[in-house]
Amino acid sequence: MIDTLELYKTVEYSKVKIWFQAGHVENFPINGGACISYGSLQIAVYNFARRNEWYATQNLCPHKMQMILSRGMIGSEGETPKVACPYHKKTFSLKTGENLNGTECNLATYPVKVENGYVYVGFEE
Amino acid sequence: MKKVVVIGNGMVGYKFCEKLREKATPSEIEITVFGEEHIPAYDRVHLSEYFAEKSADSLVMAGMDWYKANEIDLRIGELVTSIDRQAKIVRTMHGQEASYDILVIATGSSAMIPPIQGVDKSGVFVYRTIEDLENIISYGARIKKASVLGGGLLGLEAAKALIDMGLEADVIEFAPRLMPRQLDDQGAQMLSEKLQALGIGIHLSKSTSVIKGNGKIDALEFSDGSILETDMLVISCGIVPRDELGRKAGLEVGPRGGLVVNDQMQTSDPDIYAIGEVALHNNQIYGLVAPGYNMAEVVVNQLTGDGVSKFAGNDMSTKLKLIGIDVASFGDAFGERTACLPIIYENKSGGCYKRINISSDGKKLLGGILVGDTSDYNMLCQVMQNGMALPPQAEDLILGSRGGDSPGGAIADLPDEAQICSCENVAKGAIVNAVKEQGLEDLGQVRACTKAGTGCGACSPMVADIFNETLKSMGKTVRKVLCEHFDYTRQELFDLIKVNGVKEYDELLDRFGNGDGCETCKPAVASMFASIWNDLITKQEVIQDTNDKFLANIQKGGSYSVIPRVPGGEITPEKLVVLGQVAKKYDLYVKITGGQRIDLLGAGIEQLPAIWEELIEAGFESGHAYGKALRTVKSCVGSAWCRYGLHDSVSFAIEVENRYKGLRAPHKIKGAVSGCRRECAEAQSKDFGIIATEKGWNLYVCGNGGANPQHAKLLATDIDSESCIRYLDRFLMFYIKTAEPLNRTSTWLNKMEGGLDYLRDVVINDSLGIGKQLEEEMELMVNTYKCEWKEVVNDPVHRSKFRHFINSDMPDPSQKFGLLRGQKIPVTEQK
Repeated sequence: MIDTLELYKTVEYSKVKIWFQAGHVENFPINGGACISYGSLQIAVYNFARRNEWYATQNLCPHKMQMILSRGMIGSEGETPKVACPYHKKTFSLKTGENLNGTECNLATYPVKVENGYVYVGFEE
Repeated sequence: MKKVVVIGNGMVGYKFCEKLREKATPSEIEITVFGEEHIPAYDRVHLSEYFAEKSADSLVMAGMDWYKANEIDLRIGELVTSIDRQAKIVRTMHGQEASYDILVIATGSSAMIPPIQGVDKSGVFVYRTIEDLENIISYGARIKKASVLGGGLLGLEAAKALIDMGLEADVIEFAPRLMPRQLDDQGAQMLSEKLQALGIGIHLSKSTSVIKGNGKIDALEFSDGSILETDMLVISCGIVPRDELGRKAGLEVGPRGGLVVNDQMQTSDPDIYAIGEVALHNNQIYGLVAPGYNMAEVVVNQLTGDGVSKFAGNDMSTKLKLIGIDVASFGDAFGERTACLPIIYENKSGGCYKRINISSDGKKLLGGILVGDTSDYNMLCQVMQNGMALPPQAEDLILGSRGGDSPGGAIADLPDEAQICSCENVAKGAIVNAVKEQGLEDLGQVRACTKAGTGCGACSPMVADIFNETLKSMGKTVRKVLCEHFDYTRQELFDLIKVNGVKEYDELLDRFGNGDGCETCKPAVASMFASIWNDLITKQEVIQDTNDKFLANIQKGGSYSVIPRVPGGEITPEKLVVLGQVAKKYDLYVKITGGQRIDLLGAGIEQLPAIWEELIEAGFESGHAYGKALRTVKSCVGSAWCRYGLHDSVSFAIEVENRYKGLRAPHKIKGAVSGCRRECAEAQSKDFGIIATEKGWNLYVCGNGGANPQHAKLLATDIDSESCIRYLDRFLMFYIKTAEPLNRTSTWLNKMEGGLDYLRDVVINDSLGIGKQLEEEMELMVNTYKCEWKEVVNDPVHRSKFRHFINSDMPDPSQKFGLLRGQKIPVTEQK
């Protein structure tokens, strides 16, 4: 499973080569997350409507290696937007992927853009 | 500017730096520290925690950046080899030099190694530094059996470390009892028995004559000729002050080691101080951390102007947890310094020994010993140190008051000068003043501001009590607000929601909160909405925890479990067949639950609606096993079948379960009904339990099993079914409205001021005059009940949300299953 974890690498906006169409905006729950399949990757995409922001991270929680983060609740800690894993409530910054309440390794994060009602997630390959 | 050089960077050396920097800026006093080890000072008291996979980092008192930020020149890995008192210079083995105006020696001690033949064999270690521990761990990985030489405090800590490593451990003590300096014969005997029960071998009155083995240890031979086979030996026979530097420099040394100091902690050279375990004060070496900290403070006060500060000796009281066994010893533990009358309480079956020594006039507490239960330790120390008056029956101090008021020694009775935190020397008055004058609002602030409770932590409960008492005296109450997004308690928010008719989370956040919410307030608010309005929870799915979002319990690997309601645990053969057919069709693992239901595990998220469609077709309803809600009302067979049964417990359980099904609360609720006092339904372990009597029912409340089991308490006796339901309505609704989030009924009652009597007053005597209102609110819940799964199954929009990917119909490809005894189980890969 360590191998699975290594599939997920943060993608910088400037390095995006492929903008993958993940689905129509309406398919993403308001102030919630949803999971998309991209090749062998599972990416959690969050529609943070309250902040008018979109985020994407790996769907895999590094704590117990569960494919679950898209089903987590999102919210904020101070100014930082975060997602809480449903299993053991580990929280991660949606901006940096950093574990906010522990020492788990960072989540990989991916750029998201919305155009003409469709949501796109950015990948390098 | 003064130059202070510190030799030694252990706990006391570090504490000296910390205290000195608080009083003197870098421009006033320059501090240079030499440490022999390769990491900065660490917490030696909790060394055995290093075994519990803690890293050295977590034991470090302060990292290198702290020294840097405080402009302290810390040079680690530098052993000081000489002091030139004429030139006032110290030199290290690497040729470094530092000149001083004031020198502080805090070199501590090393382990005493007794002159036993074979002590140089491999496999023989001391227990002192992190390096020692690392060596013990790496050697211990290859062996099975290890021994500790020395049954004192540190030796028993070492034995715990060996057990944690998975080794068989023996403890060898020269004296006829364990912890001979802290415990008397009876107390030590109790401790021995407890340790033996844990599998530790105890060998007393044993003098080791030879460490046997060819190159490496394989056995110990004692002077009585007996032999103990062992693969490793950890020596913990006491300490030797590291006084060699001072000795070489011509400072006065005690006959058995230690640098002689006066009350100002000055050695025979007034510009050189010694503190901690290297200092010999009044012919005594203090091998504990609290006296060392006090010595550090005395020296800091000398250097920063207050020349009057004196070290007046220190109490050697200790409290510790050895392998889960509480042990404490305080003051004149053996009652040998002055005439006294001991009071001894021993409970062999409970594994508890308590002894207190009372002055012969019966007025003062002089000291004592506690084994097995040290909950009285802090209070007893306070009573002793402050010379507080004893209760008329002095035995109440250890036995508790049997009837009447609490025994002496309540927090409020403590004088302001009572020392609460002995590590940091913080008095009660300092805590009270800090809370009052600086307006501290939580315990974290109290700790940060006063340092109380930051050392060994033993005084933390008392610090919390003082904090709460002080707030109370100021007319403030401690408010448990929901989280950073709502500055309200659950109860306040509950009323706001109700009075203002708020039904949407975002509206509540906009009107009464701030920020964007979180995983704490979202489900708490969702629960309140459900308890007040009883709307379908799936309407606001993003504020529900995953279980409530998908109406099923998430399991390892991301599959879900399905538990239909089986009221009272009664099920027809036809329904049982359906459960079997559904389980077979969808390949689900089947398990009987503790609440008399059937759990079907391993359903993929996309399978849930189809499974429930079939179950609902067969007449099942949601069991709410996924929710903070009523779970089951368990029952025994009852009077219909049972030859002992007094009433029909099954029928009553079904009635009660159907009444409260779907009721959401701050936490899960479980109930049970037993048909006679044999109590086969285990009703006294439930949030509410009903037990048949000759005349009606007894109603018990606020019990639970789980991590902290608690028996339910008797609320009402010999009541009829109608009264029972009425009291239950009131009780449950009162709980739902006033409990903190995620508090079970037992915790709620434990925190309730007035306890069971108050609860009985509210529920039965209607002392608040809200009985009728509570019943009406419950009636609304009962009348608006809908099966959540039925609603979802019949709603195509909701059904469509039960999928893993939104851009593919594929189930989660990472889910994998194996077989266990012919049924499927999840296979999860580990990191």
